[in-house]
Amino acid sequence: MAGADGDDSLYPIAVLIDELRNEDVQLRLNSIKKLSTIALALGVERTRTELLPFLTDTIYDEDEVLLALAEQLGNFTMLVGGPEYVHCLLPPLESLATVEETVVRDKAVESLRKISQEHSPVDLEVHFEPLVKRLASGDWFTSRTSACGLFSVCYPRVSSTVKAEIRQHFRTLCSDDTPMVRRAAASKLGEFAKVLELEYVKTDIIPLFTALASDEQDSVRLLAVEACVSIATLLPQEDLETLVMPTLRQAAEDKSWRVRYMVADKFSELQKAVGPEITKNDLVPAFQNLLKDCEAEVRAAAANKVKEFCENLPEDNREQIIMSHILPCVKELVSDTNQHVKSALASVIMGLSTILGKDNTIEHLLPLFLTQLKDECPEVRLNIISNLDCVNEVIGIRQLSQSLLPAIVELAEDAKWRVRLAIIEYMPLLAGQLGVEFFDEKLNTLCMAWLIDHVYAIREAATSNLTKLVEKFGAEWAQNTIVPKVLGMANDPNYLHRMTTLFCINALSEACGQEITTKQMLPVVLKMSNDQVANVRFNVAKSLQKIGPVLDSNALQTEVKPVLEKLASDSDMDVKYFAQEAIS
Amino acid sequence: APSTDQQELFCQKLQQCCTLFDFLDSVGDLKSKEVKRAALNELVDYLSTNRGVLVENAYPEITNMISTNIFRALPPSDNPDFDPEEDEPTLEAAWPHIQLVYEFLLRFLENPDFQPSIAKRYIDQKFVLQLLELFDSEDPRERDFLKTVLHRIYGKFLGLRAFIRKQINNIFLKFIYETEHFNGVAELLEILGSIINGFALPLKAEHKQFLMKVLIPLHTAKGLSLFHAQLAYCVVQFLEKDPTLTEPVLFLSFLPLKAHCTRLVIRGLLKFWPKTCSQKEVYFVSVQFSAISVCYVMLVMFLGEIEEILDVIEPSQFKKIQEPLFKQIAKCVSNPHFQVAERALYFWNNEYILSLIEENIDKILPIMFSSLYKISKEHWNQTIVALIYNVLKTLMEMNCPLFDELTASYKAQKQREMMKEQERDELWKKLEELQVSRASEVQNNSHGSPAALNNNNSNNNNNEPQESSDDVEATAVIMEDLHQDTTDIACENVSCAK
Repeated sequence: MAGADGDDSLYPIAVLIDELRNEDVQLRLNSIKKLSTIALALGVERTRTELLPFLTDTIYDEDEVLLALAEQLGNFTMLVGGPEYVHCLLPPLESLATVEETVVRDKAVESLRKISQEHSPVDLEVHFEPLVKRLASGDWFTSRTSACGLFSVCYPRVSSTVKAEIRQHFRTLCSDDTPMVRRAAASKLGEFAKVLELEYVKTDIIPLFTALASDEQDSVRLLAVEACVSIATLLPQEDLETLVMPTLRQAAEDKSWRVRYMVADKFSELQKAVGPEITKNDLVPAFQNLLKDCEAEVRAAAANKVKEFCENLPEDNREQIIMSHILPCVKELVSDTNQHVKSALASVIMGLSTILGKDNTIEHLLPLFLTQLKDECPEVRLNIISNLDCVNEVIGIRQLSQSLLPAIVELAEDAKWRVRLAIIEYMPLLAGQLGVEFFDEKLNTLCMAWLIDHVYAIREAATSNLTKLVEKFGAEWAQNTIVPKVLGMANDPNYLHRMTTLFCINALSEACGQEITTKQMLPVVLKMSNDQVANVRFNVAKSLQKIGPVLDSNALQTEVKPVLEKLASDSDMDVKYFAQEAIS
Repeated sequence: APSTDQQELFCQKLQQCCTLFDFLDSVGDLKSKEVKRAALNELVDYLSTNRGVLVENAYPEITNMISTNIFRALPPSDNPDFDPEEDEPTLEAAWPHIQLVYEFLLRFLENPDFQPSIAKRYIDQKFVLQLLELFDSEDPRERDFLKTVLHRIYGKFLGLRAFIRKQINNIFLKFIYETEHFNGVAELLEILGSIINGFALPLKAEHKQFLMKVLIPLHTAKGLSLFHAQLAYCVVQFLEKDPTLTEPVLFLSFLPLKAHCTRLVIRGLLKFWPKTCSQKEVYFVSVQFSAISVCYVMLVMFLGEIEEILDVIEPSQFKKIQEPLFKQIAKCVSNPHFQVAERALYFWNNEYILSLIEENIDKILPIMFSSLYKISKEHWNQTIVALIYNVLKTLMEMNCPLFDELTASYKAQKQREMMKEQERDELWKKLEELQVSRASEVQNNSHGSPAALNNNNSNNNNNEPQESSDDVEATAVIMEDLHQDTTDIACENVSCAK
């Protein structure tokens, strides 16, 4: 076995077999994950003749191992000798595409789709397409489900006879006995339509679409709605009315809320696909109905689309449609019984102001914003506040400030810390829009109060909020308003608050600049090195390290260094460690 | 009223009851709602106290009234993260009416005058399909009615039986592999339990496939504890019918035994319907967290089911399955979660299992020994250690010489295992070096890239760069040893499996 390529590579396959048969799943998984190593060691020929047949035969393993295998094989083309031999990967992937576990099957299909692109047109017909056919006529539903995802990747590159066969197989699967298969086919209908010639879209896809959209199972019907978007995009405008619209109208009024939900969820896409005329005549009333639907799920999905829908209306009579058809529904939604609906609306309603302009906003929208700002559900209020910038552009935020303040204060003190956290994140934005005076007067106290919140995440967010405020209002403002308060906390009896001082200093030093840092902050930090709580002391060390670059070298040498040296001989291990870290 | 008028009135009331009311609006139409309730009550009474009511033209009226009232799209759950184990279900608002309609449907099906040959024109596949969809109702009262209704239909309509079984099949497969959500699994399994009971022997291929491809995978589904009792009952029913199924069932059930954690892991974020849920992250964290706790709960349940199966196993079947079975039991005994270990050790309290073990002690003891021995020294829980000692003692009494022999060879075996572990590490190391050298060869050949790159590569993986030819030779030697080793093991494996 002197060095010839073939001989030394005999062994890795033995290793693999051993590892693959190991009782320990983890070991099997490891060896599968290193499959490319083994293939590389084996060389392309032995990978093809020994490794792949072995893998094909041993597909009985646990899903986790199979998933790894399915993924690996998608990247194996070079390891079997390039595109010329890529079809060798088909047998193991075919088996994987028939297993029960959806995740594994989907991965196998994904890999098959990937390597299909590496097949030559001839190989595609000789090897790949027969595989698709076998899967499509498999006994158990899993293989037929997998086949649905493979038609569209081979269709464009095969001869017209084979194309006809593929279309026939797809038709068959669309009326499969098993709902799982019909769902898979329905979910690939749009994708398949895209690769078909227009005449076949009309003769083949439309009847399938109509049938799936009136399937007995709502889980199939709702997938047809998704396909509707792609199909409508493909057809010329004059055919839409007869071929697509009857089905779409029916879906928008389906008895199952899931289907109506899907229509609402896809509304913007549908709107673009069918064009302005149909939108005016058909979609506007349909949208009104969805906004008034009896299920909250559906109303919420539709409410989410209000802005996009209005934006995409044809400009010539956009304002008129919104004012007379959409706005009345929106007004009702503001006082909906379901908080998800209100909150969905609140996340987009502000966007209407740019579309409707200043006068309409003040007259019609402002009262709605104000109502939502007072809503009982914090999420609704938060969504309004987080979108203030849209309104600001149109009418200025002052119009709202009277109602804004109580809303902010209430959110700032909400019992749920996630709500408090969310409002903190909008503070810099609000501060920018409301101006420094208003801020000092009304909001500053809140920002400082968050520094002593009992939840760490809030204190942390409050700290970084201060940094952003300083960046906005400047160092001088910081010196006058927040630095004294922050430094005052250094004497707080609660060590957590004392540490907050340090964290604030860490965050603020850069924005405040050398002078404030050296003259005001540094003395406080240094003083805190005598704190009796070790956590404070090692945070002093960390702070000194952090603010070091902002300080001048004189202060570093004469003030910082001695303190760090003292801390480096502290009795506490952690303090020592961080002091030494800081020194170096 | 005279009987012809009565019949007329009956039909009118049926039509009257087709009017639906909005129960979410609790103040509207109160009077009309009360009228309908009274009418429904009268209908129920009329049907149960009179004979000869079910004339042929009453059937379409009756089924129409029932369909109009009960077949509806179930509303989205009030609670998007509804967890049937934790949360209170959302109850059906229209229950005051719907309950009476179900009541009426049952009286109709159970009526002595009821004629399936007429009814089958109305109670058809579509009717059954819609009925089955209702099993997803969150309201347990509704599911309970549905259970009885479906059972009656299965009993009376022979032509619908295969269809019903197939649709239940589909519901389960969708539940296992697609949605992981269906409220009526336990109820459907309960019906199946009695259906399986009535299967004729020999079992049809369709039924066996149902057992292997649906019932066993159901063990891996979410919320197993909600329907495990009914599921285990179905499995045991099958095995009592046909004991030859024990071997494949036990074999397959090891897969869920091992795979249930994997499944939760690879599925990652679970898909769930209503999208208004605002706390997805929180939910995800709790899913991951509960995945760990779910794992041991499921293991404990599995072990319970396996014990049920062993209770009815024939000694000849036991012999076929004992090897893989006890390898799994050995793993469970070693499980760090004491409830899992404890449940596995309880097998030794079962007289019948004990007798099976004794009969095959020469095969079982070598499998169990090293795990038991190791755990007796290492397990953190004292109860488990005490249980292990008892089990070891029992096993020792069954075959003392073998026990002594195993004790003596335990250390040597441990050492062998460690050696193998080291060899494996070595192998992979060599293999990776080989890969690097191959990769650089390819690179050199195809692009003529500078040697520096080559060195770089090998430095990344190995601190001391070696000549690649040495490398290959060294690998070859070790691999040759191992190759022999694996062939031995491979043979052994084959002989075990057969």
